[in-house]
Amino acid sequence: MKESTIAPTAGPQPVNQISAGAPQKSFLARFQRWEWMLVALVLLAVVINSRLTPYFLNTQNLSRTSADFMELGLMMLPMVFIIITGNIDLSVASNLGMCASLMAVLWNLHVNIWVAASAGLVVGTLGGLLNGFLIAKVKLPALVATLGTYAFFRGIAYVLLGDQAGRGYPPAFTYIGQGNIPGTLIPFSVALFAVMAVIFGLVLHRTTFGRYLFAIGNNENASIYAGVPVVRIKMIIYTVSGFMAALAGLVLAARFGSTRPDIGTGLELSVITAAVLGGVDINGGIGTMPGAILSLVLIGLVRFGMGLKNIQDQVQTIAIGGLLILSILLASIARAISAGGVKLNWRTVSLAALFIIIFAAFFFYFYWSRAPVLAAR
Amino acid sequence: MTVKNLTDTRSNLFRNLTRFREFGIIIFILILAVIVSLRAPVFFTLGNFRDILLDISILVIVALAQTMVILTHGIDLSVGSSISLVAMMVTYTIKTYPNTSLVVIVLLGMALGAVLGAFNGLIIAVGKVPPIIATLGTLSIYRGMVFLYSQGYWISPYQLPEAFKMLAKGTPLGIPNIIIFAIVVAILVYYFLNYTRTGRDIYAVGSNPDAAQYVGIRKQQIIFLVYVLTGVAVGLAGVLWASRFESAETSTALGFELQTVAASIVGGVSISGGVGTVPGVLLGALALGMINNAVTLVRISPFWEQAAQGLLILVAVVSDILITRRVQRNKAK
Repeated sequence: MKESTIAPTAGPQPVNQISAGAPQKSFLARFQRWEWMLVALVLLAVVINSRLTPYFLNTQNLSRTSADFMELGLMMLPMVFIIITGNIDLSVASNLGMCASLMAVLWNLHVNIWVAASAGLVVGTLGGLLNGFLIAKVKLPALVATLGTYAFFRGIAYVLLGDQAGRGYPPAFTYIGQGNIPGTLIPFSVALFAVMAVIFGLVLHRTTFGRYLFAIGNNENASIYAGVPVVRIKMIIYTVSGFMAALAGLVLAARFGSTRPDIGTGLELSVITAAVLGGVDINGGIGTMPGAILSLVLIGLVRFGMGLKNIQDQVQTIAIGGLLILSILLASIARAISAGGVKLNWRTVSLAALFIIIFAAFFFYFYWSRAPVLAAR
Repeated sequence: MTVKNLTDTRSNLFRNLTRFREFGIIIFILILAVIVSLRAPVFFTLGNFRDILLDISILVIVALAQTMVILTHGIDLSVGSSISLVAMMVTYTIKTYPNTSLVVIVLLGMALGAVLGAFNGLIIAVGKVPPIIATLGTLSIYRGMVFLYSQGYWISPYQLPEAFKMLAKGTPLGIPNIIIFAIVVAILVYYFLNYTRTGRDIYAVGSNPDAAQYVGIRKQQIIFLVYVLTGVAVGLAGVLWASRFESAETSTALGFELQTVAASIVGGVSISGGVGTVPGVLLGALALGMINNAVTLVRISPFWEQAAQGLLILVAVVSDILITRRVQRNKAK
């Protein structure tokens, strides 16, 4: 896969010169390890997948599947920025839906497809700007502001498209989501993502702007006093997030070849999952672009492998959710052990036993209660 | 002189009013009610009021639980998936054993919900995983388990006994049971949060976790507790959901988690913890319910519903933050 090859080259570690304190160093060490852990997990997934089925190492298959995760990837890139500043954007998938719906409406009104697509990009960017305004200027908590726009943008999508659908896009447009770069097996959307990933990675790890993001995430007040233009930076990252959501909307609409107002519903949670699994700390201040990209590759591989084994899409989410929780849980277990371990007194042991019994009983009931109904089908 | 005094008392009255965090939302509800009843007089009838309450009962139950979680500076994004899983497991049980007593069914739902909540609580309180991450994970896991459990097979109305359907909409006390469930939950949560030691501890943990720890509040246990309680409420909501809509599907309550958070926030609960009241959340849920109702009554295209809700959330939180700032400035004077 293409994005895995850029990971090591674009991978300067987050040496946090701005706030090089003692606790920072241990975090740094941990997340350096986390990226190697991701590399190991990716390799493991490749090995397991190729042993599970002979169809895995089929380049055609791989190229098709990788295209399925590019909307996710495009939205994940700015999300990494946002989470590193200690904020969040729940509205990305709704923004995607709003832009794709606007484009579909204009297309249905016989507007030129590229004009319609540009209108989508503009509206998405404005949507991002609205988020930035609410968060940076009005100073709403990011979770609250983007929860509001999450409902609002999706609502606009329904208002625009209603029970209609946009379809019959010209081949020149569907190429964005379905076509390959001429002469290769690399899908256009993957190439687009790769270029964007390099740009976002360089901005994060090689520019002052990137350093400011870490500074804001580590200590926003201190950054303000140090002269970091916090308000402007927040406006910029949310606006960029809006633009990328719109871009992802175009890619998704092109891949599906049709648009309904519920397009991309729920993707925001996958986007956040990908970023956090990649080692971006939800509390801000920590994270790397290579880590996030590796986690996207890992999620793609895990889902692809399970898909090849005919595991339903929806059941696959169990593995992704579990992976997300484990990635944080293992780190905190490691910290607890290094801090002197857990005292094993009779109270801890009996509580643990109690919980094991409760969860076991739950799973017993889970399998026992469904059997007769499924058998009677 | 008298004129000046008069204006003084007026502004004092206004100032006192604005000290209530619920002030903005009450004004909003009144304005909305007036506008809608001008366009559709049926709005101000008892029957319509009953419809609104019927629609928001489940939201109230879960939003109050969500409020307890948010008070501790947490969030539970898994409630929608948990409702779906409980609804599915309970209706499967009913399908196999149609004669199970309703009391057993409700208790079973609450127990199943409590286990799901306990899992969240363990990861968050003991595993130290940030609540938003932990419940984002269990949102996927529980939703996946619904598919794993049902293999995509749903329960339709004809498969459920009449008695179970009447659990939500039966009216032995004159109003639908589901509204009574919501009222009872609201009273219990109100009493718990305001008049019990543990309830006050929840506020303490949310407003200043370190101070709470110093005065001897067992933070870990309080946090674990709120997720278990949310699980219990979610379990009840799952049973009521299945009864009210007479079905259980894999997409049941999809996206419901954000509605519950929205009801809390619109009702003046602070996302950073420690601030929020039960009456506020009830008003928040009422405002969300009224919007849906208004959209139908005024015959705006139903596609406007979600946009209006989103706009309400934004207007509510923005006006709330502006009012809070003004109040703080007034206090500073």
